[in-house]
Amino acid sequence: MSDRGVCLVNDQLVELGNGDRGVALAWLRERRGLVGTKEGCGEGECGACTVLLGEPTASGRLAYRAVASCLLPVGELPGRHLVTVEGLNPPTGLTPVQQALVDAGAPQCGFCFPGIVMALTGFLLTSDDLSSHAATVALDGNVCRCTGYTAIRRAVDALCEHGARRLAAPGDRATQLIQWGVLPDWFATAPARLRGRDLAPRTVGGDRVVMAGGTDLIIQQPELLDDDGVAFLSRRPALATIERELDHLSLGGGVTIETLKHDPDVRDLVPDAPAIIDRFASTLIRNRATVAGNLVNASPIGDLTVLLLALDASLVLVEGGARRVLPLGEFYLGYKQLQRRPGEVIESVRIPTGVKGDAVSFEKISQRRFLDIASVNSALRARLDGPVITSATLAIGGVAPIPLVARNAAQALVGRVLDADVVREAAVALDREIAPIDDVRGTALYKRELARRVLIAHLLRLVPDRLRHEELV
Amino acid sequence: MNHGDPHLHVRGESVFVDDIPAPAGTLHAAVLGSPAAHGTITGLDVSRALAQPGVVRVLTAADIPGENQIGAILPDEPLLADGTVHHAGQPVAVVLADSAAAARRARREIELAIAPLPVIVDAREAAARGQLLLPARTFAIGDVDTAWSRCDVVVAGRVDSGAQEHFYLETQGAMAVPTEDGTVLVHSSTQSPTGVQKQIARVLGVPMHGVQVDVRRLGGAFGGKEDQATPWAAICAVGARVTGRPVRLILDRRDDLVMTGKRHPYSSDYKLGLTRDGRFLAYEVTLYQNAGSAADLSPAVLERSLFHATASYAIENVRATGVSCRTNLPPFTAFRGFGGPQAMVVMEAAVQAAAQRLGRPAWELQRLNLLQDGSAFPYGMRAENCHAARCWDEAVALHDLDAMAADVDAHNRTHQATKQGLAVMPVCFGISFTNTSMNQAGALVHVYTDGSVGVSTGAVEMGQGVNEKIRRITALSLGVGLERVRLETTNTSRVANTSPTAASTGADMNGMAARLAALQIQSRLRHVAAARLGSPDSDAITIADGVVHLAGGPTRLTWEALVEAAYLARVDLAAHAFYATPRLHFDKAKEKGRPFAYHVYGTAIVRVTLDCLRGTSSIDTVRIVHDAGRSLDEVIDRGQVDGALAQGLGWMLLEDVRWDVDGLLLHDTAGKYKVPDLGFTPADVHVRFLANADNPEAVLGSKAVGEPPLMYGIGALFALRRAILAANPDLDPALVTTPLTPERTLALLMDAPRAATVNPEETPA
Repeated sequence: MSDRGVCLVNDQLVELGNGDRGVALAWLRERRGLVGTKEGCGEGECGACTVLLGEPTASGRLAYRAVASCLLPVGELPGRHLVTVEGLNPPTGLTPVQQALVDAGAPQCGFCFPGIVMALTGFLLTSDDLSSHAATVALDGNVCRCTGYTAIRRAVDALCEHGARRLAAPGDRATQLIQWGVLPDWFATAPARLRGRDLAPRTVGGDRVVMAGGTDLIIQQPELLDDDGVAFLSRRPALATIERELDHLSLGGGVTIETLKHDPDVRDLVPDAPAIIDRFASTLIRNRATVAGNLVNASPIGDLTVLLLALDASLVLVEGGARRVLPLGEFYLGYKQLQRRPGEVIESVRIPTGVKGDAVSFEKISQRRFLDIASVNSALRARLDGPVITSATLAIGGVAPIPLVARNAAQALVGRVLDADVVREAAVALDREIAPIDDVRGTALYKRELARRVLIAHLLRLVPDRLRHEELV
Repeated sequence: MNHGDPHLHVRGESVFVDDIPAPAGTLHAAVLGSPAAHGTITGLDVSRALAQPGVVRVLTAADIPGENQIGAILPDEPLLADGTVHHAGQPVAVVLADSAAAARRARREIELAIAPLPVIVDAREAAARGQLLLPARTFAIGDVDTAWSRCDVVVAGRVDSGAQEHFYLETQGAMAVPTEDGTVLVHSSTQSPTGVQKQIARVLGVPMHGVQVDVRRLGGAFGGKEDQATPWAAICAVGARVTGRPVRLILDRRDDLVMTGKRHPYSSDYKLGLTRDGRFLAYEVTLYQNAGSAADLSPAVLERSLFHATASYAIENVRATGVSCRTNLPPFTAFRGFGGPQAMVVMEAAVQAAAQRLGRPAWELQRLNLLQDGSAFPYGMRAENCHAARCWDEAVALHDLDAMAADVDAHNRTHQATKQGLAVMPVCFGISFTNTSMNQAGALVHVYTDGSVGVSTGAVEMGQGVNEKIRRITALSLGVGLERVRLETTNTSRVANTSPTAASTGADMNGMAARLAALQIQSRLRHVAAARLGSPDSDAITIADGVVHLAGGPTRLTWEALVEAAYLARVDLAAHAFYATPRLHFDKAKEKGRPFAYHVYGTAIVRVTLDCLRGTSSIDTVRIVHDAGRSLDEVIDRGQVDGALAQGLGWMLLEDVRWDVDGLLLHDTAGKYKVPDLGFTPADVHVRFLANADNPEAVLGSKAVGEPPLMYGIGALFALRRAILAANPDLDPALVTTPLTPERTLALLMDAPRAATVNPEETPA
């Protein structure tokens, strides 16, 4: 075995050598001759480069997810299975996914279709919910410029109808999909071929950079992947777990956003979590992006960050043997400036279980509803006693150099019978504690107005029978 | 072994330029674009870049062997900047290296100094300063000046429509391979193989026969690769010439966004006069086109705007003036609709303003003034076989517009937090290149001795299905099954002097040329068959489904046997044919003529819901009746309608591309520029093709389909404005700005004075 490890690319074991660096997309196309995977944007925004990444699980299987190969470091591949469209292609004919797209007359220029095939295959491989709606969500990271999606929707409907029948019985999904022809026969052997091939986790510390999902870092600093100075958080499986503790839910720093979306304990605390998280990035990005990565990226408009701030989350930061707990609201000091010591890694994020039963409202105003960065986003957690809010945390993004906890606005809401006057007072308080700027996401005045309106939207959702849209707007 | 493109696409096996295996020794290029929008180059030092690992050569203007010029209409566009830069992103130098990554790294080491010059980003400002590409043009009919006094109502206003990025999924790219004797083979992702060939011959200083351009397919183009594929192919060709090695250049997305032109932003003033009962009597419009820094196709785009100034309406007194303004933005270029949408949105804004003034639904005025057979266009042509009213009436009846309107009104009476809006959008779009000489096409059909058929034409496949249509036409014309026919690459050495695949004419013209070539071969084969079957009359012979028929009945003579017999009898099994669209003429001195072979008609009904709190909106339903003639392939045509509609909706409500006052692109990454996705596009789109609509002017009764449906998207703009009006009765109909993004929507929802403060800048550059 080479010291850089071995991975499985489709049905071939590949030894990784010194020249195998950078992102998987360029590597596949230039070094492996697998040009079915296309580059549309290079920043995870289009899905033309979608591949499946399979990772060994504790049960000895491989857990697959659809990811954007333009944001997948080759350094993540050892011990894992990378599947491209070439790997799915039957010797003749088409897989049922491919056939559904052709039957619907969907492909036009064809450039985005390998990615769509991969995303839909990943959906069939992983989703418990086989509805057309769920399949559409699975395609939220795949852009097609030719079709207007109408024929793609028809294909999805047909595929899901078949899928509901073919995959109704309980059983191993990969086995079912092999029987259906969605996956090739050799898929069954992949877990065994990778057994014992995983790289030992590297210690995190001496490296220049710890990379989590890398979904923003790789865009900002692609040269990081040119050498060996990166340690991947995904090599520390202990960080990828969600644990229910006595007074909090502990989300490992390496937990992906998509995992959060489906986690029953998360849903127990925040019943709307799946719908809220659907507004974050896209499935392809959520399958890579992590809790710690989102927080440490320190975007003033981070969707998950804003949600976790409203949930009064804290961080567990570790460096070597040292461990400390810090309220998330104290983590952000200024634009992209963190209260973080050298070498410190976010081990986990704690959501107090006390928020269970509280109302949680999330708002995101963006030019495009999905896979877009918000002009303003916001989350409100509130505990209600009849018409009175007894405690509340309001977080808002896009209106300050940091994701902001709007303490004064929240304070204005607490302990009072909610009516239009209270809402107006809170809006005034909010207006005084934000400082938006003009940028490509909107003018400062626009964001100021949005801040007022997302506050109203939260409260209309909280107490729909006490407030009326027209008296507030 | 002859699968259609869709089969290859879903297997990832269709070959795009960047998928062609690079020959040994291939160099990769990275282009340094100007960081400034306007300035004088005072220093250009490439020595540090040249010293980087893997770098073989750095090209500048001085390295161009021939003329440093690629302007197709006006000679105002150097391949590499020389002395002055006129827009940010303008190519200045090119690094050639062993890998694309090395070339991009080394690009950063080029030292470029630019002394800034004043930057103009706004079309009206350019016009005020006399920065016009060409003198203004005016199309007129009747006497608009005397007509105003007869009008009972006159409305006037201004429309600013924004740019639109093509966002073809496959970025611009090419690969040039040096061939013997100073010639070059160029694989280019272009809609215009001959255009690329011609400009490469110019920059290399060689005859056109020394440049072979080959195109398999494009990963989307939408007009963006009509003229603007050329620089990248030409850069590769120069690099190949200078180094003697193959050169590949694939723009990354950011370079593509920054360096290439987009749909032209327009700023327009209109005035519409009506009688009390709603008849349009007079219309005057001035269109200021932001052309960018070089002509590119702007004069032709402006011309098409003028041809579509009156949209789908018959108006007796019209004066439409177009002004093409030179600014310091990348040269704006062809984009599906080619200036038509920019003019039609102005006309529709005028209609909406008039309806608001008269207190009547806009659709009453629209229907009343719809074109009919014999209606005169301002450019002198009269509407023939006009299906405007048929499409309209069928859509309105099929989808019960009155019921829909009542439903929307009921919603708006009972809801405060959301409002709905409804608009009807008729489309009339002229088919043919407005430059009459370009309406020509050639095809070369080969029947091989085993009976299989290869077809070459000037058409470029870019997802619009033109190859499949030509395949069908050829198979039908020869009388063989589809599986026997394969479309070859588009290659300038097989079919010469081609027009770009553009103006929706690809299938019309190249399909007809292929049909004529196939019929020549078929005629020769019928003579062979007649001799073999002992028939004195070859007219009694037909070929259908690969079997020779005599007097209408099948014989035992198969296609394979017939082809074999013809070969042995030394009959030519190849044919070239040529098609020139008949009856076209246009006199630019008088601005009158018959520029179009025919018009495409259609009507869309668009319904939207507005979230009055958030300023966001959703497109609920789109109902379309579309005139595709006798469709060559309803699946393909439906795909074109769906795709064009989505782009039109995106142009009107979503896709925002602007530059700052210094001429630097604000929306310069895929993360910032948002095109329609599954969440934006309506799930409920209903399309019916008009029945019994055979078109006598095109191949097999069909009609072109690529561009016209884009303009259905304009309906969404006015549906959303109707919804806003339902929430804010003070909405000013005289000011229309697109795209109507959530930010602008919110501004319009709020009181006028406040709206002004929320949204201060907002003339798209």
